[in-house]
Amino acid sequence: MSNETPAPAGNGTTNRRGWPLWEVFVRSKRGLSHHHVGSLHAPDAQMALHNARDAYTRRAEGVSIWVVPSTSIIASSPQEKDPFFDPSIDKPYRHPTFYDVPEGAEHL
Amino acid sequence: MSIASEATRTLTPLARYTLGLGDDALIGSQRLCEWIANAPELEEDLALANIALDLLGQARALLTYAGQVEGRGRDEDDLAYLRDDWDILNVHLVEAPNGDFAVTMARLLVFSAYQYELYSRLRDSSDATLAGIAAKALKEVTYHREHATLWVLRLGDGTDYSASG
Repeated sequence: MSNETPAPAGNGTTNRRGWPLWEVFVRSKRGLSHHHVGSLHAPDAQMALHNARDAYTRRAEGVSIWVVPSTSIIASSPQEKDPFFDPSIDKPYRHPTFYDVPEGAEHL
Repeated sequence: MSIASEATRTLTPLARYTLGLGDDALIGSQRLCEWIANAPELEEDLALANIALDLLGQARALLTYAGQVEGRGRDEDDLAYLRDDWDILNVHLVEAPNGDFAVTMARLLVFSAYQYELYSRLRDSSDATLAGIAAKALKEVTYHREHATLWVLRLGDGTDYSASG
């Protein structure tokens, strides 16, 4: 019976450095943009698409998937958070909430 | 053949054929499920579980139809759970132990390539139910075959370590 047990994970004798990380973006339907849904590990881009399909669209969440190497993402720095984002906090006039919506105007 | 039960020996050709296809999917699914939490990576756990679930869905449809064709009131659960092992009609390929991950992937490649050709033709069957099951399953096994192909290619490339051996 012992040979019916699945082999242990990985291959202990090779120097497996670990798979690179990929960021996954899914478009839920036509006309919408892709949204970031999470990340996963995969050895190459095609496998990353496969893994993303299995991890993030198995309940019919998507019609299109992008995968991007996480190393390609340029992120804003937490240290720059204040100069980056604070100046917009006290400018409510940038929100389009100061207009009277004409009666009968739909889909706004 | 002689140890099969009366119920199995007296199946009509269509019932026996459908049951055999259902058993291929059922046993193949159960073998793949052994990998859950044991695959080389978490992502591959998910991939194999998804493929196993596709096969289980095919098994449900095929066993249900086999029971209807048989006409003795057996449903998918009766056929899946209440038959003895010598009455289960799967091909040996899907029942053999998993071996290591590479063996499992090689087996999946052969099995999914077989299912792909089978369902491609069965889609045009004069039996409307089998044709319908095949049309749905064909999309699933197309993905299984692609996934297994990627892995067999990758494993065939080997590693620095295997090349130095």
